[in-house]
Amino acid sequence: MSDNVKSDAVKIPPAVDGVGAWLDDRFHGAKGVRVLLKKVFPDHWSFMLGEIALWSFVILLLTGTYLALFFTPSAAPVVYHGSYTKLDGITMSQAYASTLNISFDIRGGLLIRQIHHWAAIMFTVGLMAHMLRVFFTGAYRKPREVNWLIGIGLFTLALVEGLFGYSLPDDQLSGAGLRITQGVMQGIPIVGTYISYFFFGGEFPGQAVIPRMYILHVFLVPGIILALITAHLFIMFHQKHTQMPGLGNTERNVVGQPFFPYFLLKGQAWFFFIFGSLAALSTYAQINPIWLYGPYTPLAISSASQPDFYMGILEGSLRMMPAWEINFLGHTVSLSVLIPALVPLGIIFTGAALWPFFEQWATGDKSFHNINDRPRNAPVRTGIGVAAVCFYGVLWAEGANDVLADRFQIPLYTITWISRVAVFVIPVGAYFATKRICLGLQRKDANMLAHGVEIGIIRQLPSGEFIEEERPVTPEERAVLESKHVTPALPAPLETDVNGVPQPAARGPLGRARALANRAFTETVAVPESHGNGHGNGHGELEAGEHAAIGSHEEH
Amino acid sequence: MSETPEEPAGPRRVIGTPSTAPAAVDVAQEPTEPAFSAEPPAPRHAKNAERVAAALFVLAFLAGCGFIAAYVGLEVGNATLPAGTDFVVAAMRSNLALGTCLTIALLALGAGSIIWVRHLTPDIEIAEERHDLNSAPADRAAFKQDFAEGAAISQVTRRPLLRRTMLLATAPLALAPLVLLRDLGPLPQTDLRHTVWRKGLRAVTLGGLRPLRPADMSTPGSMITVIPQGYQDDDNALAKAGVILIKFAPGELHVPTNYDGGTLVSTMNWTVDNIVAYSKICTHVGCPVALYEQTTHHILCPCHQSTFDAANGANVIFGPAARALPQLPLMLDAEGYIVAASDFTQPVGPSFWERG
Repeated sequence: MSDNVKSDAVKIPPAVDGVGAWLDDRFHGAKGVRVLLKKVFPDHWSFMLGEIALWSFVILLLTGTYLALFFTPSAAPVVYHGSYTKLDGITMSQAYASTLNISFDIRGGLLIRQIHHWAAIMFTVGLMAHMLRVFFTGAYRKPREVNWLIGIGLFTLALVEGLFGYSLPDDQLSGAGLRITQGVMQGIPIVGTYISYFFFGGEFPGQAVIPRMYILHVFLVPGIILALITAHLFIMFHQKHTQMPGLGNTERNVVGQPFFPYFLLKGQAWFFFIFGSLAALSTYAQINPIWLYGPYTPLAISSASQPDFYMGILEGSLRMMPAWEINFLGHTVSLSVLIPALVPLGIIFTGAALWPFFEQWATGDKSFHNINDRPRNAPVRTGIGVAAVCFYGVLWAEGANDVLADRFQIPLYTITWISRVAVFVIPVGAYFATKRICLGLQRKDANMLAHGVEIGIIRQLPSGEFIEEERPVTPEERAVLESKHVTPALPAPLETDVNGVPQPAARGPLGRARALANRAFTETVAVPESHGNGHGNGHGELEAGEHAAIGSHEEH
Repeated sequence: MSETPEEPAGPRRVIGTPSTAPAAVDVAQEPTEPAFSAEPPAPRHAKNAERVAAALFVLAFLAGCGFIAAYVGLEVGNATLPAGTDFVVAAMRSNLALGTCLTIALLALGAGSIIWVRHLTPDIEIAEERHDLNSAPADRAAFKQDFAEGAAISQVTRRPLLRRTMLLATAPLALAPLVLLRDLGPLPQTDLRHTVWRKGLRAVTLGGLRPLRPADMSTPGSMITVIPQGYQDDDNALAKAGVILIKFAPGELHVPTNYDGGTLVSTMNWTVDNIVAYSKICTHVGCPVALYEQTTHHILCPCHQSTFDAANGANVIFGPAARALPQLPLMLDAEGYIVAASDFTQPVGPSFWERG
């Protein structure tokens, strides 16, 4: 079978061979690196989402280093006499002046600056898409909970890194964002004013914050991100990839293409596509034209001030919140600042971090999972995930309520009132609707397994009866359809014994909560027994035979 | 297609199912060996694919050369270009040329690589066996034993005095980095309660630094931003002391109230000639409240849409701000210019714990 490839095998040139031997003499690498060459990468489009984030981060490091060569992280005032003549003679910070300089006086500076900004957006988009994929397919399950937590840490740091990054040029728009950040900081009970004074080196705006954010932005935060990415990839390498359900894919194997040459070529292509897309965006879609905003001054503001999209949820939460301030023992507690600043992202991050453990607790499922779930086969998880997306989406859209009001001619306050209701109603509705849709899709799968696939042909029999033509499911389809992992319900938790006493496990509020959660998690549609397709054309037998062969393989 | 419904041509993909792995069947029989089941691509097809990929790589090469040419050929900035040039246009032109070349080079490289791997390499899938992640029970036991032995040798459990004093020794060192952060900034003291406004300090326009007489705001409905005279370069002062002056028609301004110390007082006498002064710093999170609607007398913060009623003591009528905008007492000086009668009587800007 492999003759044609072996006969093609490339002769390794003596020079390369010599270098390899030299290295192996010193590092004993042949065996270990061979494992890397043969490392299996399962093939599915959704596995490329995390790579978007990875390659964007690489591009951020490259472009960021370049920008740092020209950027002056200083709030010291300087009178501008540069190439942007509309601001000639204006006093501005050196940070803003050097950003103008990068944009208008350094060849390629504007391009690299815009690639850096677009890459930051692509980075967070990639992170979000990757996290949603991991959540909806249950790829965070045992043994990958730690990598899930690292991912949440990475996402949090990405938001902080982005906020610092777009605040650095010290333009009017980012200064307004920084002012909001300071206002929120100041509202923290007990320590708020101290945190604000320590961060800004005194009163807002001061001159200390630009160099401080700079060192956090170019050294500390990216350093931690880099370390966490490294850990993330090593853990993934060590635990091996998950894979989608499919024929021949089992919990005990990983099927895909080897790193060398397949993934190397594909990964290279994907890197170039992402980099190329960012270059295209930066060439044809202007981003953050700071020269139009002007330097930051504390008393100017423009309408429709928006942060970068990943901060939109915080902005929307602030806009949505009704006025609510209380006095606690003679101290002011500004709940209309604290709640939006902490609660929505707190729910999402804490909820996401606890979810794998909650799911294990609710289902009692402590087994290893290497084959991903199809979202429909985990209706509660998928429902919660869609609810979270809706919750996030409403808050995010409210962050642009002024733009929405302007574009669609809807009164501003109406939009805010709609979102105040929607943020509670839509996620709940989305949960139940999604769960029903998932169960409906499970029913469709069960039906397909039992009756075959409708192929869209209606036939009229001589008797006048109409029947719908079906074909049996293929082995590949069957493997996917039968991949549903049904967690058995915990032993009759809600039942009581003859004396009306509930099971020990279901006692107490925690026990009752677990029993309720377990009942929701185990609601499923039974998969019909694997058997012939009922057409009697021989396909059924063949499939059953093939399937048995694969089944026996799964056992070793 | 209706002729042969019983014999579908090939495995059809069901919408909504992940695509399947055809070669994995072979893998099932030979789990550890690569399964070279796929035929190598037909020579003609391979030749074409090679030509296309090579053409793309040549394109990438040319675009890369174009990038360097654009860098050398298109100057930017007033250091190199003659005065009078539109430097913005020059920068945009350079950006367009560099970016277009870079885009073409990168996308062509990516496309060539994908054609290479998709059309020139056989579609091989291999299966790798997973190994148990948990260690064998014997290994765990051995680890536990080694660990217990090490602990025993160190006597960490047997000598609590040693253990506790060592932990004690690390405590202040763990705090030291936090202590070192103390000098990041001064303590807030009462800074947030005061602004630079004081009795007799003139209000000047933000744009022209011009002092104002009431007659300068003769048109009712106008709003103007003013700052304390002499503080135009002090951002820290301005971030608290920015003020908006609003002129009302006689009778439009309802008797405003504001907190003087802790008590609510009528502040009609804080106005001059139907001109009222409010802090420009939003009481929510500190944005400048910059939008004013004459007909409704609403002041709107563009950041989070807190809305204040200027005719009624700048009370909040919508949005997240919880407090009215503080009012600045005004009076006229000997020359008839608008001046502050005192500092604000309550802290301006966002709430904070010590505000009370």
